[in-house]
Amino acid sequence: MPHTQRKKKNLYPSLVLGKKEIADGVFTIETEKKFSFIPGQVIALALNPEDEPRLYSIASGNEGKTLRILFDINPEGQLTPALSKCRIGDTVFVSEPFGKFIGTQEQAFWIATGTGIAPFISMLESGLAINKTLLHGARYISQFYFADKFEEAMHKNYLRFCTAEENNMVIHGRLTDYLKKQETLSPKIKYYLCGSAEMVVEVRDILINKGIPFNNIVAEIYF
Amino acid sequence: MQKEPLYGKTLNELKEIVKQHNLPGFTAGQIADWLYKKRAESIDSMTNLSKKARQLLSENFETGITLPSKVQESVDGTKKYLFPAHKQLFIEAAYIPEDNRKTLCISSQVGCKMGCLFCMTGKQGFQSQLTAGEILNQIRSIPESEELTNVVYMGMGEPLDNIEEVLKSLDILTSDWGYGWSPRRINVSTIGIVPAMRRFIEESEAHLAISLHTPFNEERQKLMPIEQVYSIEQVIETLREYDFGRQRRISFEYIMFEGINDTPAHVKGLTKLLNGIRCRINLIRFHPIPDSPLRGTPHKTMQWFCDQLNNKGITTTIRRSRGEDIYAACGLLSTKALLNDNKPKDF
Ligand SMILES: Cc1cc2nc3c(=O)[nH]c(=O)nc-3n(C[C@H](O)[C@H](O)[C@H](O)COP(=O)(O)OP(=O)(O)OC[C@H]3O[C@@H](n4cnc5c(N)ncnc54)[C@H](O)[C@@H]3O)c2cc1C
Ligand code: SF4
Repeated sequence: MPHTQRKKKNLYPSLVLGKKEIADGVFTIETEKKFSFIPGQVIALALNPEDEPRLYSIASGNEGKTLRILFDINPEGQLTPALSKCRIGDTVFVSEPFGKFIGTQEQAFWIATGTGIAPFISMLESGLAINKTLLHGARYISQFYFADKFEEAMHKNYLRFCTAEENNMVIHGRLTDYLKKQETLSPKIKYYLCGSAEMVVEVRDILINKGIPFNNIVAEIYF
Repeated sequence: MQKEPLYGKTLNELKEIVKQHNLPGFTAGQIADWLYKKRAESIDSMTNLSKKARQLLSENFETGITLPSKVQESVDGTKKYLFPAHKQLFIEAAYIPEDNRKTLCISSQVGCKMGCLFCMTGKQGFQSQLTAGEILNQIRSIPESEELTNVVYMGMGEPLDNIEEVLKSLDILTSDWGYGWSPRRINVSTIGIVPAMRRFIEESEAHLAISLHTPFNEERQKLMPIEQVYSIEQVIETLREYDFGRQRRISFEYIMFEGINDTPAHVKGLTKLLNGIRCRINLIRFHPIPDSPLRGTPHKTMQWFCDQLNNKGITTTIRRSRGEDIYAACGLLSTKALLNDNKPKDF
């Protein structure tokens, strides 16, 4: 096979306009928004155009002027340790939005672990939280990112499951245990799952056991 | 201190090690020869290396050959080998003897991140990447090692989600200084992670098998979450960009689920999707896994589907199912029961 310059996703230089450490080792970065997108889509991002980019869910509303991502540091990772050090005014390289994990106006469950909440932030800020129930699982209370916004918009339909800490805002325990106890999950609505492979496969099995047709389970795995 | 394994190092990596230890440059080739041709079990047995070289290397390195810890044999002669990997994890490899082919199906990861609905490995989640040494050790350490005619990367894990180590293992398997195998004896399977697939196509000569399972996006999304980000059309468009020559084979794996992907519409969809691609389709019987909402297509319908595709000019065969009784058949490998699962959970 002749060696060619390997074709990669087209990446466009975008200025970093904002950056925050919202929990220990967890950041949001806002960049220029160069393309419109559908809530739930992802972008590929790199610090240099020659690097193999990594994928991130867009974590901002589609009407907003900037594009936000939410990520945590993988200490041995190639991108995230360096990305966490970028500064306002730096340039990052971002692809056009793509992907089909797409939110709709219809009634649905949103189920996430950790940074898997990102696409649901985009859906929330795009006005899609009506009719939704959000279950978010995390180890620590500080990991319920954007909790204020979800609380304000979703009230009792926003359930936080915390496995290692307790307070009166969260349910102490596992999201999977809660699902196993549910008797009235509708088989007619969609269940959007986003986060680690472990969560997706375990929750999917529980839902299928509860009689949810697999056609109504839409999963995005952060591999 | 845990010593670093030499087995699984490429010639370039061995050259680097030799340089760091101030040993003569040709030592790297000698070590490769001992590891991959002479099947040395220990550094001490590499007798054409100077005593000083052996001593120096032994201080920091070991060969890193690991024997299988268990073997199960099927009534049809298929054998399933269990290997320990690092971090007290385990992987499986399936040895499949046929008339004149002896194939080993090897793992590339402990578990898998891809979460395909129909797969036992997917159900165990992801525990670890394998090193090139651990990938090749499966080939090196079974009793049938020297009889093998073919190797398929179709065991536990998505090989292209471990692209660096998989490419290294292929380099060692096919280089003259390594095992010297023809890449035509090797088939690497993927669900279609497009950027890594490009690298594989460009940096290796081995055959490529794509897990297809349905030509329709909506349906594939529900079976295989990867479809959300890399659609099957994108995978096929990427394949169309390359000239694979006459020797290198592209095939599509198609597990058949009753009432889901075995209809006339699917024959039509496949014909359209694969139009103009020189390839073959392997139809695979689904082996039901616990809690699965899917059922396998009956043999008669599979035969009908196969005939339809052949009539449309796409070479299609039904793959013989092997090792079902010992859970060695396609999609059944799993070491979940052996996981020490006391990791703190975040869900
Ligand atoms: C659809 C999708 C959406 C995601 N969204 C988010 C998100 O919103 N927030 C978040 O924090 N994380 C997200 N991730 C995970 C993210 O893409 C990165 O894996 C993570 O941030 C760690 O990156 P890293 O470079 O630091 O780690 P690394 O360990 O260097 O790389 C992580 C991943 O990149 C891939 N990779 C590594 N090396 C190579 C290579 N040589 N060639 C090609 N690929 C390679 C592998 O899949 C690897 O698991 C998402 C992943 C996917 C698939
Ligand atoms: S079919 Fe392959 S890619 Fe999918 S979950 Fe199983 S091992 Fe992973």
